[in-house]
Amino acid sequence: MLDTANRFAYTEEHEMFRDTVRKVFAQHLEPNLDEHEENGIVPREVWKAVGEAGLLCPTIKEENGGLGLDFGYCAIVGEEMSYLGSAAGFTLQNDITANYFERLGSDEQKAKYLPGMISGDIITAIAMTEPGAGSDLQGIRTTAMEDGNHLVINGSKTYITNGQNADVVIVVAKTDPAGGAKGTSLVLVDADTPGFERGRNLDKIGQHSADTSELFFNDVRVPKTNILGGENRGFIHLMEELPQERLGIAVAAQASAQRAFDEAVKFTKERKAFGQTVFEFQNTKFTLADLKAELQVGWAHLDWALLRHFNGELTTDEASAAKLWHTDLQWKAVDVSLQLHGGAGYMNEYAIARLWRDARVTRIFGGTNEIMKEVISRSI
Amino acid sequence: MPAIDVPQPEFMEDEEISIFADAVGKFFQQHAPEKRVESWRENGQVEREFWNEAGQAGLLGVSVPEEYGGHGGDFRHDMVVLDQQAKHGVDGFAASLHNTIILPYLVRHGTEEQKKKYLPKLVTGELVSAIAMTEPGVGSDLQSITTTALKEGNGYRINGAKTYISNGQTADFIVVVAKTDPNERAKGISLMLLETEGAEGFERGKKLDKIGLDAADTSELFFDNVFVPAENVLGGVEGKGFYQLMGELAQERLVIAMGAATGIEKALETTLEYVKERKAFGQTIWDFQNTQFVLADLKARGTAARVFVNDCIAKLLKGELDVATAAMAKYWVTELQSEVVDKCLQLHGGAGYINEYPIAKMYRDARITRIFGGSNEVMKMLIARSM
Repeated sequence: MLDTANRFAYTEEHEMFRDTVRKVFAQHLEPNLDEHEENGIVPREVWKAVGEAGLLCPTIKEENGGLGLDFGYCAIVGEEMSYLGSAAGFTLQNDITANYFERLGSDEQKAKYLPGMISGDIITAIAMTEPGAGSDLQGIRTTAMEDGNHLVINGSKTYITNGQNADVVIVVAKTDPAGGAKGTSLVLVDADTPGFERGRNLDKIGQHSADTSELFFNDVRVPKTNILGGENRGFIHLMEELPQERLGIAVAAQASAQRAFDEAVKFTKERKAFGQTVFEFQNTKFTLADLKAELQVGWAHLDWALLRHFNGELTTDEASAAKLWHTDLQWKAVDVSLQLHGGAGYMNEYAIARLWRDARVTRIFGGTNEIMKEVISRSI
Repeated sequence: MPAIDVPQPEFMEDEEISIFADAVGKFFQQHAPEKRVESWRENGQVEREFWNEAGQAGLLGVSVPEEYGGHGGDFRHDMVVLDQQAKHGVDGFAASLHNTIILPYLVRHGTEEQKKKYLPKLVTGELVSAIAMTEPGVGSDLQSITTTALKEGNGYRINGAKTYISNGQTADFIVVVAKTDPNERAKGISLMLLETEGAEGFERGKKLDKIGLDAADTSELFFDNVFVPAENVLGGVEGKGFYQLMGELAQERLVIAMGAATGIEKALETTLEYVKERKAFGQTIWDFQNTQFVLADLKARGTAARVFVNDCIAKLLKGELDVATAAMAKYWVTELQSEVVDKCLQLHGGAGYINEYPIAKMYRDARITRIFGGSNEVMKMLIARSM
């Protein structure tokens, strides 16, 4: 269980919520981790159960049907999920798309989507990356061309979380192909719109339970009122939301790193070799001590960042630095921990093997760690 | 374009070696095209027939003396097979295990009868080998194994369980590391030669679900009162097993280091190709200073790795490769390989996480090399003993 004794970002209310989250996950997520891993998807029933329990989109204001809580509630869902070793797309909906809909949505859009996003009846995705454009978002080629009162969308996206399950996708498209960043808009596409096609559920190194997919748009026709936020202001909207996305990744990374450490402690204290437990070797003790020290620093930093974010003070470069640092720590923790498991660490039946495979993408998605350094350097 | 340009060592500059390399290369091209290897990855196993094909083409037992049906080559010929295998991406085919690890046990420690009985078939591929050391409760601490081989009548009964055994599903000739005297540690260990066909009480457990090495049928094996005749103790004398193992481990570790060095080179090659083509922000990924510096660093260290490995091979060919040096090579090159595949994956961006890209498979496959053949922690213990 994730030890939260020394945390200082959360209130008693937050911790009561954590209890609920743990109960819900113990019932609906934990027993099914292997199944989700094998099927490459978290089934809708689980989304519904999690939504019904109040774990989805907790930050949506009460006037929009939500609980009006702070990001700490999203972070707790992320921590517990990541500690468990699940790659479900709940955090995408909580940390990322909820804000897009609430901050940028028209009254009609909010009424149409928010209640379902909270209940788990509606699963969302956001489609930025394309086969030819990842870090360089301005280089996207998906277009949404005006045709009377409609937009016609053409293009393809890839590495889209919740791609198989999504009922609605926020599509980042060029409404003005000549306009570069200034010609980009966010366009809502319901999954049942003709011309929208889900591609493959991608075969990844890890995060198998995340239905990461390709999406294809072939003359997809939507009313112009499907633009989310301002026309041609898509890029600006994205930039505004990225800090919270990055903080969310940092939260999950830290929790996963802690789980990896906890697994290594458990394994090495039990496993015997050369007449002692593997833990008793000085190399093991020193390796774990080093990791523990870094985790301690990590939790303190994470809570600092969370509090700053609750107060609306977390800057873009601070959020990027958090993403960079915590995902690097996560990678180190899972690798070191796997090594301490010996041969068992290479076997998928051991939690550490999945944690290791799942961790690798966190230094890449949400903006690569190279991009994080780019962003940070601009603040120097 | 090769990423590392260390010239071929002198000991490989031999026309006969080049001709052999060509022949082996052609064999892999014809008999192990990408589609076939892909099917092995999907099935988690190399087809049994492939071993016969390889045997027929002269790829097995290349360094087994001719008098026992072998091809009479030396370690350089073994290297050729491994190099060509890596070059042609032939995953899962455990040539290194069979040729450079298990056959040498027989050649160097077997009795004449054992050599005459088994080597010819191991060379043709009629018998495919495995060696069973590790147990669920015993990895690094080999002296603590609990599998026993107790005398009974004109033979022995083997009881116990092994795990993480390469070729576990395919092998029909297994060298089982067992205690003929459970009251002793090293002195009680013998290597028992088991032919699996018709072996009552022998059971193959499941193929293990691993992070990588998809085409390798790594398995558990179970022995329930399995009988082997008295003459199947390797070397004919009980209690020599541990020392026989120790004698061969230097070569095994060098082979792992060689594989890791090749893995480094392949990772760098595929990455250079990717970054020079992939564009972002109006340039190729290669054009960024960060990319160049990361790869430059890896090339420098990858070059040192290859030079070190070649030096170790030269020593081995002279019979001078000591345990500590082999341990250093295994330790250092596999650590570097892990770092290389990780940094190379990073340079692929999101694509690096997708299994259809070679670097993703290289990343998953590399992780075990710091663990098998003796974990890198054990390697450090061995190195420390030489200081």
